[in-house]
Amino acid sequence: MILASTLTTNLAILVLAGFIGFVVISKVPNTLHTPLMSGTNAIHGIVLLGGLLVIGFAGNGVFNKVILVIAIAFGTINIVGGFLVTDRMLEMFKSKPKPAAKADPAEDKAAGGPS
Amino acid sequence: MSTPLATFIQDPNFLDVLYIIAFALFIQGLRGLSGPTTAVQGNRIAAVGMAIAVLATLLNRGEGNWGLIALGIVLGGAVGVPAARQVKMTAMPQMVALFNGVGGGAVFLIAWSEFRRSGGYTHTATYITIFSLFAAIIGSVSFWGSNIAFGKLQEIIPGRPITLGSAQQFVNLLLFALAVAAGVDIAAGDHSEAIFIGMLVCAALLGNAVVLPIGGADMPVVISLLNAFTGLSAAATGIALDNPALIVAGMIVGASGSILTNLMAVAMNRSIPAIVAGGFGGGGAVAGAEGAGEHAGTVRSTSAADAAIQLAYANRVVVVPGYGMAVAQAQHAVRELTKELEARGVEVSYAIHPVAGRMPGHMNVLLAEADVPYDQLKEMEEANPEFQRTDVSLVIGANDVTNPAAKNTPSSPIYGMPILEVSDSRSVIVIKRSMNPGFAGIENELYFDPKTAMLFGDAKSAVSEITTELAAL
Repeated sequence: MILASTLTTNLAILVLAGFIGFVVISKVPNTLHTPLMSGTNAIHGIVLLGGLLVIGFAGNGVFNKVILVIAIAFGTINIVGGFLVTDRMLEMFKSKPKPAAKADPAEDKAAGGPS
Repeated sequence: MSTPLATFIQDPNFLDVLYIIAFALFIQGLRGLSGPTTAVQGNRIAAVGMAIAVLATLLNRGEGNWGLIALGIVLGGAVGVPAARQVKMTAMPQMVALFNGVGGGAVFLIAWSEFRRSGGYTHTATYITIFSLFAAIIGSVSFWGSNIAFGKLQEIIPGRPITLGSAQQFVNLLLFALAVAAGVDIAAGDHSEAIFIGMLVCAALLGNAVVLPIGGADMPVVISLLNAFTGLSAAATGIALDNPALIVAGMIVGASGSILTNLMAVAMNRSIPAIVAGGFGGGGAVAGAEGAGEHAGTVRSTSAADAAIQLAYANRVVVVPGYGMAVAQAQHAVRELTKELEARGVEVSYAIHPVAGRMPGHMNVLLAEADVPYDQLKEMEEANPEFQRTDVSLVIGANDVTNPAAKNTPSSPIYGMPILEVSDSRSVIVIKRSMNPGFAGIENELYFDPKTAMLFGDAKSAVSEITTELAAL
C-alpha cells in the first residue's frame, strides 16, 4: 500500500516535470542551444546523489565500493565540468560595450566612403 | 549526532524540503537561459540547486563511508575542472558528449551496485527493480554511445559511418531484444549476476552499434538524443531510490534533450529514425566520390582583392558561417573582417542556420567567443526576409544550408530542408576550399548562379586576406 502510493506520487512528479521541462526549454532561443545542452547535461549529473545514497547503505562489498567510487567520480565530473563549461560559454554571450555605435550606413557611404 | 539540531536537519521531511528547493532552483535556472542577459545567472542558480541537493544527500542519516565519498569527489573534480577550464570552444561538442557519457556511466554503475547489494533485487518492490533495470540499460547505452560520439568528433575514430551493412538493423534489434529479455528475466525473479552483466554488455554493444554507423555530420543529433537518454535514466534512478530531486532534474533533461533532438532533425529535414539508422552523414567519404563536374553552368571565381572591393562598397553584408568556418577556426578572422567593414559604415549581421556547426547553437558560441555582439546573430527565421535587401552575402564554409535545391528541386534529397535564402541577396561571395559537395553529396546550384563569386581557399587565410586588402583600399 505504502509502496504503491510512493510510486504514484513519484510518477506524478515525473509527468509534471516532463511538462514543465517542455514549457521552459521551448522558450530558449536557438542561439543559446549549445549552453542549454551543456547546462542540462550538468543537471543530469545529479545521478551523483544516487551514488552518494547507495554508498551509505549497509551491505556494500569491496567491489561495490569500487564501482560506487567510480560512479561518484563520474557524477562529479558531469556536474562540475558541465556547470563550469556552461558558465564559460555564457560569459561570452554577455553584452559588451559596443565601440562602433550604429551610424547610418548610407550617410557614411555618401560622406566618405572607401576611397 | 543526537542534538536537537542534528535531529532536525537529518529529518527526512527536512531533507525532502531541501530537494524541493533544489529542483525549484533548477527550473528557475533554466528559465534564465531564455535570454543572454539572464543566462549566466540562470546557470549559477541551477548550480546552487545542485549544491543544495548534494548537501541534503550528505545529511541523510544513513550516510557513511566518508573517505570513499571524498575520494570519488576529489577524483571527479580533478578530472572535470581542468577539462572544463581548458577545452576550446570548437571542441565543445565532444566535451558535452564526454560529460554526457560519464553521467550515463554513473547511472549504470549505481544500478549494478544496487543489484549486487540487494542480492539480485531480493526483497525489492517489483517497480523499483523495473526502474533500476531501465536505468541500467539506458545508462549503459548512453555511456558507450557518448564515448563513440566523442571519439568520432575528436577524430580518434573515423567520422565516416562504420556499418555492418544490411545486417546492421538486425544486429541492433537483436542486441536490444537480448538486453530487454535479460531485464525481464531479472524482474521476474532471477538473481543471477551473470544475467545482469550480460544485460549490461548487450546494452554496451547496442550503444556502440547504434552510434558507429552514424556519420560525423549527424553527431549533434546523436549527442542531443543521448543527453535525453541520460536524463531519462537519471529520472528512473530517482524513482528507484525515491528521490524527488533526481526525478525532476532527470525528467527535465529528458524533455530538453527530446526537444533539441527534434528541432535539429527538422532543421536537417530528416527523421530521427533515419538518422539513427545511419549511413548518410558520410562527410568526406561520399563527397570525394562525387567530386565536381557534371553541372552545366559555369563557376565564377574571384580574388581576395575583388571580394574586398565588393564588400567595401556594400551597404549591408550578411555573413553566413558554416561548419567550414568552425573547422578552420576562422571565427576571430571573421570578426576582424566585420570590424573593418563596420568601421567603414557597412551594416553587418550574421545569419545562422539551426544546424550550423556541430551541435545546435555551436556557431553562436564560436562567434560570441570572437566578441561578435549578440544582437548581430540572427536566427534563420529572422535572417531570411532580410536577404532581399542585402548587397553581399558572405558564405564561409557553409554549403547544404544555402542550397536553393532545397526549395526548387523536388527530386533533391534535401528538398524541403529549411535553408538560408542567400540567393535572394544582390550578390554572393562563397569562401570554400574546393568544389566538393557537402556531407549530403549534392551539388549546390548557388555556386553556378551568375551573381555568385567563389573564393577558393582555407576559410581563415581567405578571410584574413580580404581584411588585408580591405585595409589597403
